[in-house]
Amino acid sequence: MRYHIIHRTTYTYDSPVTVSHYLARLLPRPLANQECPWHELLIRPEPIERSLRTDYFGNHSVYFEIEGAHQQLEVIARSLVDIRPPPAFDPAQTPAWEKIRDRFTADTVGIDYSPAEFRFSSALIQTAPVFADYAMPSFPPSRPIAEGVISLNHRINTEFVFDSTATDLATPISKVMEQRRGVCQDFAQVMIACLRSIGLPARYVSGYLETRPPPGKPRLVGADASHAWVAAWCGEKLGWLDADPTNDVLPNERHITAAWGRDFSDVSPLRGVTLGAGEQRLQVAVDVLPSDDG
Amino acid sequence: MVTGPAGGVASSELLQNYRPLPGLHDEMMMPSGELRPPWRVFGDLLAQCSPSDIQSRHKTAQQLLHDHGVTYNIFDDAVGTSRPWALDLIPHIVASSEAEQVAQGIDQRSRLLDTILRDLYGPQRIIKEGWLPSALLHANPGFLRPLAGLVPPGGRFLHVAGCDLVRTEDGAWRVLADRTQVPGGQGYALENRIILSNVFPEEFNASRVQRLAAYFDVERETFRSLAPGRRAAPTILMLTPGPRDETYFEHAFKARYLGFPLVMSADLTVRDRRVHLKTLEGLRRVDVVLRSLDDLQCDPLEMHADASQGIPGMIEAWRSGGVALCNGLGTGLVETPALHPFLPGLCRHLLGEQLKLPCVPTWWCGQQKQLNMVLSDPQKWVLKEAFVRGARDPIFLGKIDEKSRTEALDRLKAAPHRWVAQEMLRLSTTPTWTGDRLEPRSLVWRTFALHQGGSYTMMPGGLSRVSPHVEGRVVTMRSGGISKDTWVLSDGPIATRPVAQSQPIIIRPARPPSAVPSRVADHLFWLGRYAERLEQTIRVLRTTLQRVSGEVTEIQTRELQSCLTLMEEAHLIPANLAPADIRPSIHELINDPKRESGVRQLVSSVRYNAAAARDRLSDDTWRLFNKIESDASPSLPPLKVSQALIALDTLILDLAAFSGMQIENMTHGHGWRFLEIGRRLERAIFTTPLIRAATIAAGMRDESVLGPLLEICDSTMTYRRLHFARPQLVQTAYLLFQDPSNPRSVAYQVERLVERLSELPVDPHRGSETSQVSRMQEILALVKSPNLPAWAAAQHLAAEALPEICTTVVEQLESLSSTLTENYFSHAVRKVR
Repeated sequence: MRYHIIHRTTYTYDSPVTVSHYLARLLPRPLANQECPWHELLIRPEPIERSLRTDYFGNHSVYFEIEGAHQQLEVIARSLVDIRPPPAFDPAQTPAWEKIRDRFTADTVGIDYSPAEFRFSSALIQTAPVFADYAMPSFPPSRPIAEGVISLNHRINTEFVFDSTATDLATPISKVMEQRRGVCQDFAQVMIACLRSIGLPARYVSGYLETRPPPGKPRLVGADASHAWVAAWCGEKLGWLDADPTNDVLPNERHITAAWGRDFSDVSPLRGVTLGAGEQRLQVAVDVLPSDDG
Repeated sequence: MVTGPAGGVASSELLQNYRPLPGLHDEMMMPSGELRPPWRVFGDLLAQCSPSDIQSRHKTAQQLLHDHGVTYNIFDDAVGTSRPWALDLIPHIVASSEAEQVAQGIDQRSRLLDTILRDLYGPQRIIKEGWLPSALLHANPGFLRPLAGLVPPGGRFLHVAGCDLVRTEDGAWRVLADRTQVPGGQGYALENRIILSNVFPEEFNASRVQRLAAYFDVERETFRSLAPGRRAAPTILMLTPGPRDETYFEHAFKARYLGFPLVMSADLTVRDRRVHLKTLEGLRRVDVVLRSLDDLQCDPLEMHADASQGIPGMIEAWRSGGVALCNGLGTGLVETPALHPFLPGLCRHLLGEQLKLPCVPTWWCGQQKQLNMVLSDPQKWVLKEAFVRGARDPIFLGKIDEKSRTEALDRLKAAPHRWVAQEMLRLSTTPTWTGDRLEPRSLVWRTFALHQGGSYTMMPGGLSRVSPHVEGRVVTMRSGGISKDTWVLSDGPIATRPVAQSQPIIIRPARPPSAVPSRVADHLFWLGRYAERLEQTIRVLRTTLQRVSGEVTEIQTRELQSCLTLMEEAHLIPANLAPADIRPSIHELINDPKRESGVRQLVSSVRYNAAAARDRLSDDTWRLFNKIESDASPSLPPLKVSQALIALDTLILDLAAFSGMQIENMTHGHGWRFLEIGRRLERAIFTTPLIRAATIAAGMRDESVLGPLLEICDSTMTYRRLHFARPQLVQTAYLLFQDPSNPRSVAYQVERLVERLSELPVDPHRGSETSQVSRMQEILALVKSPNLPAWAAAQHLAAEALPEICTTVVEQLESLSSTLTENYFSHAVRKVR
């Protein structure tokens, strides 16, 4: 499947901004089943400095500075992405979840074993007993890990209410857990907290979702904005398993990965610090268009 | 000052009554009661001192601390909570051979920690090869992922290393904690030395104490050598979180001692991936930043933290080699005590050496065996959080009740990797003065080491601290600890260049005097304005108060009414104040810290702006601010008028001393100009409305207002000398408004403002200075416009024309003040040069 993705971000400031610094993570990273043959990042006004690097998690990140009074900043990222469905697998054949957990004790992980990193609390996701308690019904003894992940994904989808007015970027996940309301970012972070609180590695994935449903399929929530979901570690054989609690699906070729990290703060698509702004308004528009020449 | 034993009366009372605690190592006294060798010289002197002699030296030390304004803020939410620095006058004494041994251990440890940092932010071989569990890295919030793969300019993360040492029962020094992020305390160590060498001058010399000056010389050179590209005249800055930080005193003190400007985050900006200082003349490229900000606060763009601190783009600037940071960012990673059990192995592996300076026995609970050991016999252990900086609240499992212990163990079991366990330590003790005798207190010694040419040089001294109580278990300044000077003795000759100049003279021809950060200029400007407003307010209050009491004549009653008119005009009291409310209102204005525009509030605004520009003010000036603060806050229950008048007189003299120092002691650079501009502006803005109100009143044939007005403007004597008569409106107005030779007149202020403004730097990208000067000249012309002398015979003409002119003058001065603020302080559009 080939997509043309247009991600347009506009900041409008009440009073002129004189200097601003930004980090953008808008270039979809390459994966075993995903490539990005073409990408373009348009920034207006033109930055005085721009540099691209690969961050700690392997995401592409662009640093840029804008100088000179401006009251609007526009960042348009356009990408072509080719994506294939991940290979099929049988959840019942995955290892018992305790085996995954016990693989990661301090005494056994001495080698470079990258999933180990994603078991711990991070800036926005603090592990806690309340998350472990919520996770446990999905993880009875010896249950194959992928089945547990699918069950948890399903439960969060059914027991939490999608409500874009209930939270903002600053709402802590403990509050989301309490009120059982939020948006895709909240659901993903709660699910990660649940998995980490029982000792399982889980990471945060940011990306895009195809907005037009295929014939006969329901329209997925999260269109017109960037999307977020979860990847859970299921052992060496299967590797990372993506799960989208907002839609109760395991992503295949309608989810396009942009970046991943421990939580939202590692992967925010556009993060900026401005000097002298006053109030600011943010508009984000995302189009994911299946491309004809794909 | 007390200089020697009182009258040569020998008494060993102090030493005889000193009782070390059984079973503990005492720094001074052996179990036999004999003094240990390094203490013999100092001990002899102690033996000759009586308790009252020590107490009087103690008082001298406290007075010096107060005069130097040495503080340590416990709560960082308000400026008013700074508390005096606690210093015990008995030093911590270390033999030279012992210090040499410790120094070798410290050098090795610092090299080791820097090597570990370079590996963990680089190839991570020690993880891959199994020398360190990966969880210890990955669960540590001090591991800053944006820095991964970064090679710091100069190749090193750690330039200054702090290390807390304790001596255990076996007499050996061990490491309790590492301070690698922002190793605080060097400035306090220096200040302690200055005080002690003043209090014990002979003892200090007789004990052959190694001097600190050379260490700070090395430090200055180390920072210079860090400048990327080795520019000939690098700009080196000290970055502080600001006056509300608990150790702000130290930042300001050290900045002044080393001769580097003290700046806050808002003074810096990143352009073209280079750090720049915003100065009055535009942006100036910065080469080295000595930061006192924690890792996580340094760059709100790349680190998830609140954006009130830090410089966006700082990491990118560091990454691209444009600036050197000291210490490097990310150094907080190796502060974790969880690293301790792995250091002996890492030292052999990375350096090929045996670890010379052991840590206090520590176990990381992230390992199963160690966790089980703690759980099997909890009461034996002290739990500390592994990844919280400073681990401020150790949990003594054997000293808490069953319920608290169960809770603590539950927290441990839920996330074992977040905890370390240590055995209960029995720290060595050292004699500490309690006011009437010496008492043994637990000791922690913070050492500092500086990188130079591949190895680390230890400061021959350091910051020692003792517990506030006998057998105190926690020894930190935060928990009420007391600091001590550290005397490292010398075997050989001592370099005697004194460190104790209270105001070091550092010649920096390379730095033009104009490099005044805009923020500092801003604070100096407001310091000038508030100091002047304070003085004027006090003059108004004093003039009024003198007419409130005593013999009541008719003139006095009328003058009091006039004073109230003037107070109204100065917005000090509401209109039509009832006679019964006059005294309470004045009392409030003088004494109530919450009263807006009151003396106490103005004093604290003066203090705040002075503190924020602390490194620009001399010690004497600072001492004066301390005096102003204490003179302004006697807060006795309702003052008698006579007492209040005395208090106000004292404050006026204090403020006169400040303006004298400002003229005579401060370099007349741009910083001084802004102080002066603030003062002149305020005086003109304060006086002009009073002249206006008086003119209106006098125009209505009430000339009783002129006497008080002349008094407020400190011009009574001048008037009398000129006119030998009761004040008349036109003559008074001329003297106070137009007379260019009266330093209190409005015209005089405006003329000085024209001069000062024309001296300010011209920014080619702004080009508005001429308009500022010409606007000020227009105001001057306006002030001079009424031909007052010609109206001497026609007073009513003055009364008609002057009020409107006054109104316009004030409006224009206020508007100019805003323009100045915008042009020089807020840094609107600026181009990099």
